[in-house]
Amino acid sequence: MALSQTEVLAGLAEIVNEETGIDTSSVQMDKSFVDDLDIDSISMLTIVMNAEGKFGVTIPEEKVADLITVGDAVNYITDAQ
Amino acid sequence: MNRKLVVTGLGATTPLGGDVPSTWRALLAKESGITTLEQEWVARHQLPVTFAGQAAVAAKEVLSVPETKRLDPSSQFALIAAREAWADAGTPDVAPERLAVEFATGIGGVWTLLDAYDTLNASGPRRVLPMTVPMLMPNGPAAAIGMDIAARGGVRTAVSACASSTEAIANAITRLQSGEIDIVVAGGCEAAIHPLPIAAFASMHAVSRNNENPAKASRPYDVARDGFVMGEGAGALVIETEEHAKARGAKIYAYLVGGAVTSDAHHITAPDPEGTGAARAVIAALEQAGAKIEDVVHINAHATSTPVGDIAEYTALKRVFGDHLANICVSATKSSTGHLLGGAGAIEAIFTVLALYERTAPPTINLDNQDPEIPLDVVTSPRKLPDGEILAISNSFGFGGHNAVIAFKSAN
Repeated sequence: MALSQTEVLAGLAEIVNEETGIDTSSVQMDKSFVDDLDIDSISMLTIVMNAEGKFGVTIPEEKVADLITVGDAVNYITDAQ
Repeated sequence: MNRKLVVTGLGATTPLGGDVPSTWRALLAKESGITTLEQEWVARHQLPVTFAGQAAVAAKEVLSVPETKRLDPSSQFALIAAREAWADAGTPDVAPERLAVEFATGIGGVWTLLDAYDTLNASGPRRVLPMTVPMLMPNGPAAAIGMDIAARGGVRTAVSACASSTEAIANAITRLQSGEIDIVVAGGCEAAIHPLPIAAFASMHAVSRNNENPAKASRPYDVARDGFVMGEGAGALVIETEEHAKARGAKIYAYLVGGAVTSDAHHITAPDPEGTGAARAVIAALEQAGAKIEDVVHINAHATSTPVGDIAEYTALKRVFGDHLANICVSATKSSTGHLLGGAGAIEAIFTVLALYERTAPPTINLDNQDPEIPLDVVTSPRKLPDGEILAISNSFGFGGHNAVIAFKSAN
């Protein structure tokens, strides 16, 4: 069964927290991975990889650069399920 | 040496304890850190060796989740030891450009490398983690420490198998004597209790196969010794100039008075049976210390519990000390900790420093029948060291013909 946007956000926040230590409550839809959360490129790639495993989706490499905000990623994953 | 150097902080995580006080207490209590491995891979691979000295406190119980995910286990141990040492030194407020790291490993990020290869085989290249390279590189532990304490005076990694961390401490002397820096975090780590290194060390008949009685397996100098026992963990020492330490009112454990490195060019794994290379390292360390052989009262020996290695070290010591060797008490602490490979010299340096600081030589366990070919005065119960100014050395030797020796002098 496909997860809701809220459930994907919660799952993604856990992945971000485990990789970077950023509090899950700070991982919100309007936050930019780079500008707001200060996530470096290697961490971003790791987060994408872990999200693929967790949500059973594929996020193509050329798509990763378009995922500016947490909301971009949540929407992409929600739609791709 | 033109600058006097002192040890002002100690940190460790070992098979005996998760920090220096618990490790030292267990060592003096004659405990063994060697246990049977319960991991499923031991049976799956039908490993010929089923025991090791695993860290008494798992790194994940100490570090944050991101730290355990982004650091190889070797770097995790390194960070734990370095943080303890840095705090023990009083969290010195120093100029980052005058602070350096000399932190060794024998094997490096072997868990990361082999896990990543398993992932590649099982799931393909897209699943190989982006952090794989920085996690597996042997300078990873030193770099992690350098980031943690903001060391900008140079971060280096000595790699010389089981001599690595003693060599790192010797290298710290050189850096401090150059005048470029004032303070160093030095030491080493290892996290290689993985089925492949176990199989490989077993394949070369370097390790004990006393699967029935792991706590008795590491038995340096005993006639029944049959190889070393793998251990894991890390040790770290804060070393600085005496001037720098006194200016900030630091507690001083001991003086670091000498460090020397030589090489055998004899055989890739076997020690030179004449012990000439090892002897040259001891002599060079004592010359640097401006000491006479009669000043040495205690030796923390390399003593891995291999049939050949223990005798070769004795031969080297006899060559240097002659009749005075009978007056020197020798501790073989790998009997309790196992062999931490690239971390061994660091934890043994800590034991040597504490032996001077507390005037107590730590015991060697499992010495039931001393090899008559090694007539050393082996400490088998904690022994009081003499009052006054005394000297002790710690030896480490590694595959590749590496010999490293460091010398400490009492400060209290």
